[in-house]
Amino acid sequence: MLGFTIRRLAQAVPVIFCAISLLFFLFYVLPGDPVTILSGGTGRNVPEVTRQNIEQKYGFDKSIPEQFATYWGNVATGDLGDSLRDDQPVWDKVKQFAPNSIRLAFWALVLEAFFGIGIGMVSAVKRYSVIDTVTTLLSTIAMAIPVFVSGYLIIYVFGITAFQRGWPEWIRFPTGRTPENWAFFFFPADEESFRRLVPPAVALALIQIAVVARMTRTTMLETINTDYVRTARAKGLTERSVVFKHGLRNALIPVVTLIGLDFGTLIGSAVLTETVFSYNGLGSQIVRAAQFRDAPVVLGLTLVVVIAYLVVNLIVDLSYGVLDPRIRYDD
Amino acid sequence: MAEVDPAPRGTDGEPLLTVEDLRVHFHTDAGVVKAVDGVSFDIHPGETVALVGESGSGKSVTGMSLLGLLPKPAAQIPTGQILWRGTDLVPASEAQMRKIRGQEISMIFQDAMTSLNPVMTVGKQIVEMIRLHLDVTRRQARARAVEMLDAVGIPEARKRVEMYPHEFSGGMRQRAMIAMAIACDPQLIIADEPTTALDVTVQAQVLEVLADVQQRTGAAMILITHDLGVVAGVADRVMVMYAGRLVESAATDPVFYDARHPYTLGLMASLPRIDVDDVVIGSDVDLRSGRRLKPIEGQPPSLLHPPPGCSFHPRCDLADIGGACTEEVPALRRVAIGHTAACHFADDLEARAAAVGTADAIDLVHAAPVVEGPTA
Amino acid sequence: MTALNEELVVDVESGSDPSTDHSVAPEASSWRNIWKRFKRNRLALVGLFIIAALVLIAVFAPLLVRLESTIGGIARLDPEIGTSPARLQPSADHWFGTDKTGRDLFARTVYGTRISLLVGFSAVLLATTVGTVFGALAGYFGKWADTLIMRFTDVALALPYIVLAIALVVVFGRSLVTIVLVLASLGWMSTARIFRSSIIQQKNQEYVEAARSIGCSSWRIITRHLVPNAIQPVIVYATLAIGTAILSEAALSFLGVGALEPTPSWGLMINHGRSALRSDPHLLFFPAAFLALTIVAFTAVGDGLRDALDPKLKR
Repeated sequence: MLGFTIRRLAQAVPVIFCAISLLFFLFYVLPGDPVTILSGGTGRNVPEVTRQNIEQKYGFDKSIPEQFATYWGNVATGDLGDSLRDDQPVWDKVKQFAPNSIRLAFWALVLEAFFGIGIGMVSAVKRYSVIDTVTTLLSTIAMAIPVFVSGYLIIYVFGITAFQRGWPEWIRFPTGRTPENWAFFFFPADEESFRRLVPPAVALALIQIAVVARMTRTTMLETINTDYVRTARAKGLTERSVVFKHGLRNALIPVVTLIGLDFGTLIGSAVLTETVFSYNGLGSQIVRAAQFRDAPVVLGLTLVVVIAYLVVNLIVDLSYGVLDPRIRYDD
Repeated sequence: MAEVDPAPRGTDGEPLLTVEDLRVHFHTDAGVVKAVDGVSFDIHPGETVALVGESGSGKSVTGMSLLGLLPKPAAQIPTGQILWRGTDLVPASEAQMRKIRGQEISMIFQDAMTSLNPVMTVGKQIVEMIRLHLDVTRRQARARAVEMLDAVGIPEARKRVEMYPHEFSGGMRQRAMIAMAIACDPQLIIADEPTTALDVTVQAQVLEVLADVQQRTGAAMILITHDLGVVAGVADRVMVMYAGRLVESAATDPVFYDARHPYTLGLMASLPRIDVDDVVIGSDVDLRSGRRLKPIEGQPPSLLHPPPGCSFHPRCDLADIGGACTEEVPALRRVAIGHTAACHFADDLEARAAAVGTADAIDLVHAAPVVEGPTA
Repeated sequence: MTALNEELVVDVESGSDPSTDHSVAPEASSWRNIWKRFKRNRLALVGLFIIAALVLIAVFAPLLVRLESTIGGIARLDPEIGTSPARLQPSADHWFGTDKTGRDLFARTVYGTRISLLVGFSAVLLATTVGTVFGALAGYFGKWADTLIMRFTDVALALPYIVLAIALVVVFGRSLVTIVLVLASLGWMSTARIFRSSIIQQKNQEYVEAARSIGCSSWRIITRHLVPNAIQPVIVYATLAIGTAILSEAALSFLGVGALEPTPSWGLMINHGRSALRSDPHLLFFPAAFLALTIVAFTAVGDGLRDALDPKLKR
C-alpha cells in the first residue's frame, strides 16, 4: 500500500505541474496586457515611466520563459507571490479563504451522505412503490436544477419572504454574509453563524443528494439481485438482515467513494454557490481574480485547489482498499 | 393424476418430501411462462436423486421453489403441494420458511464465487448461519465452522476460516459452500449444479465430498444437473425433466440402459459411452458399424406457448403427429418396477420404431441397448 | 435466479413467432425496440415534449413577441432595447414585466431560448465530433496516441471546470462564438474518454474476433460493428451534455464572464435580477424557471435514453 501511495503521489506531481502551467500560459502568454489593467485600465494614457515601473515591479519586462522559471522557483520555496490587485500575499489569501471552502464542503457532504443514502435506500427497498416513483422523479429534477436557481429560491423563501411575512424565528435564514464564528474548525459557534451556514450548505448539497440517492438506489437494487444475497436468503436470514448485513455493505462501497470524491471537487468548484450566497470561499475568489487578470491569485489558489483535489482522490482510493477486501495494490 | 412409484431402495416407508402436481408460473410482460408444469415426486431419507434436464427445463426453478426462493411478485405457484415431513410449504409463511431454510433443507448453488459474499470472511458467513438456527455461543459456532471446513477436506481450516472467498480456489470455494450448507445438519440438501463451474478434475473431488457428507449425516440430496456423467457416478435415482414436466423417473441403471422416453433415449444417444459394447474404440473396430453420436434435432420449446400435447413431439423421431402425441399430454406412467415414463409409447418403443420405419427412429431406439452394462 | 430470469427473458423478448420458432437469439437493440423502451419512461417523454416546445419557442420567438405586443397593445417590444418604463410588474401589456432598463422580460426570456439552445446544440455538436475522432484514435489504435490523449485530458480535467472556462473566456473574449468554442474545447475531452473506453470494451469482445476470423476488413469491423455499439454511451452523454452546456453558458453569464449586454442570455438576466430580488422577484424567477425547465428536460431525456439503450439495467 505504501508503494501505491508513493507511486500515486509521484504521478500527481507532473499533473499538477502541467495543469498550473497551462493556466500560466493562458494568463501570461495570450492577448491582454496586464500592465494596462494594473495601471488603471484601457482608455487612459499611461506615461511610459509608470509603465516601466510596473513592468519592473512585477517582472513583466523579463521574457516569458524567465517569468515561468521564476514563478515555479518561488512556488518551490512556498512563495505564491502577491496579488496584483491589492498586493496581499497570495498565501495569506489562501489562509483566509480556504477554511471557509473546506467547512462548506464538509457540511454539504454531511447532508449529502445522510439524506442521499437514506433516500436511496428507502427507494430501493420499497421499489416500485409510490415513495420510490416520487423520489426517483424528484431526484432527476433536483439533479438538474442549477444551484443559482435553487439558491435564489432558498434565499427568497427563507431569507426574504420569511422576514417580510414575519414567519417564526426558527425558519428565518438571513443570507449575504459569511459565517464568522467557528468551534473546533467545523462547527458554527453561534446561532448567527449557524443560520448563515445552512442555506449555502443546503443549496450546494441539493444536487449531490439527488445524485447520491440515485446511485444508492441503483447499487442496492443490484446487490439485492446478486447470488450471494440469494444464498443469504437460503440460509434462513430475515429479509431485513439480508438487506442490511449483506446487501448494504457491498452497495455502499461505490457510494462512499463517490461522496469522498465530491469532497475534493466541492472545495474548488463551489463557485456558483459562493457567489449566490456571498460566501467567501476559494471558488468565488478565483473567479474574481480571473476577471481582473490577477494571475498570481488565480494560479496560487488554483494550485491549492488542485492539490487538495488530488490528495482527496488518493485518500478515497486508499480507503477503497479497506472497504473492499478484493482490492490489491501491487499491480 | 400421475402415478408416482415409491423408491425401490430399502427405506423407512415415509418419504421426507412429497411434491404433488407442482406448477410454477412466471408473470412477464409478454405473458405467463409455465416454467414448471405439473411435477410430482417423492424424496426418501438418505437417498440421492438427480434432477436432470437442459437449460430451461425447469429443474432449477423446481429446486428454488422447494425453499420458497422464487422472486415473489413475478413467480406464482398456482397449484401444487410441497409436503415437507407432512407440512405443505406452498402456503407457509415467511417465518416458517426461514426456520426450514438452512436448518432442515439447505441449498448449494452453482457458482461459489458469486454465491458467497465477497466482503465477509468465509468463517463469518458460516457462523452467521449456525447462530441463526442453533442456540450456541459465538465461540461454539466458530468451532463448529472450523469443524465443518475440516469435514469437507479444506486444509488448515483454522486459518481458512478468517479468509475471504476470493482467496480460495474454485474447488475450495465450493467445498466451503458445502460446509456452510451442512453446518446445521439438514435432512435434505439441494445441490443446484454444484460442479458445473468447476474443472473436471475438481468436479470429481467435490462430488466425493458431497457423497461423504451424505454418508456421514444421512441427509437426502437432490442433485440438479445437466451433466449425465455426474449423475452416473453419484445418483440412486434419476428424474428427467423437459419443458417443465417430468418425463422419466427411475433408478440410475434403468435410465442409462433401459430408457423409456424418447428424450432420455436421445440424451443417451448423444453421449459418448464407454460402458456399452458397440462403442468400443480400438484399431480393430469396423468404424462403419461403430455407433455415431446422435444429437437431438431442434431446440427446446418456448415456455410461453408450449406445443400442444406432448411437449417433446416437435423433436421426437417416434412422434405420432396428428394422433396421440399432439392431442394428449402423456401422463407419467409406470413401465416397470420403480420406473415411470411419460410417453404414449413407453411400453413398447421397439414396436413404435418399427411402425415409424425411419432409420432415425430405429437408430434412436437402438441407441441405448438393453445390455448388462458394467456397474458405474 | 438472475441467470434464470435472463433465460426466460431471452425466450420472451425474441419478438418472433413463438409457436413455430421456439428459441431465437435476442435481437440487438433495433431503433424500434429502443423507442419502445424509451416510451415507458414517463419523465423522459415529458422531457422530450418540453424540448420540442422549447425548440418551437426558439424558432417562433419573433411571432410570440408579436403576439404579446398585439394583445398588449404596445407597438414595439424588443428583447435588447428598452422601450417601456423600468421594473414593471407582469401585466397584460408585459406578460413577464420589464427589467431595469425597460426591456420587456417576456421578449427577452423567449429570445433567451434561442441563445441557450443554439449554444447548447452547437457546443455539443462540436465537442462530440472532435471527441469521437480523438476517442477513436486513442481507443482503436492505442499505444502512443492513447497515452498522449489520456495524459493531456488528465491534466486538463484536474483543473476545476469553472476555473478553466472562466480563464479561457477572460483571455479570448466574451462573444457567443467564443463561449461556444470554449465549451466545446472543454467538452470534447469527456466525450473522447467515454468513446475511447467504449471502443476498447467493444474491441475486446468476442464478436470482433469472430468477424475478423471470417475475413472482415478493419474498416468494415469499425463501421459496421464497433461504432454502432460503442457510440451508444456517447449519444447518452451528448444529450446530457447539452443540458450541461446550457448550464455552463448561463453560469458564466451569471458570474459576469459570459455573454455581453444586451444579449438576452438567461444567466445574464438572473444576474441582473438578483439585486432586485426583494422588490421584483419576477425579474429573476422567470428566466430562472425557463433555465431550470430546459436543463431538467435534457437530463430527463438523457436518462431515458440511457435506460432505453441498455435493457439489462434493472429499473
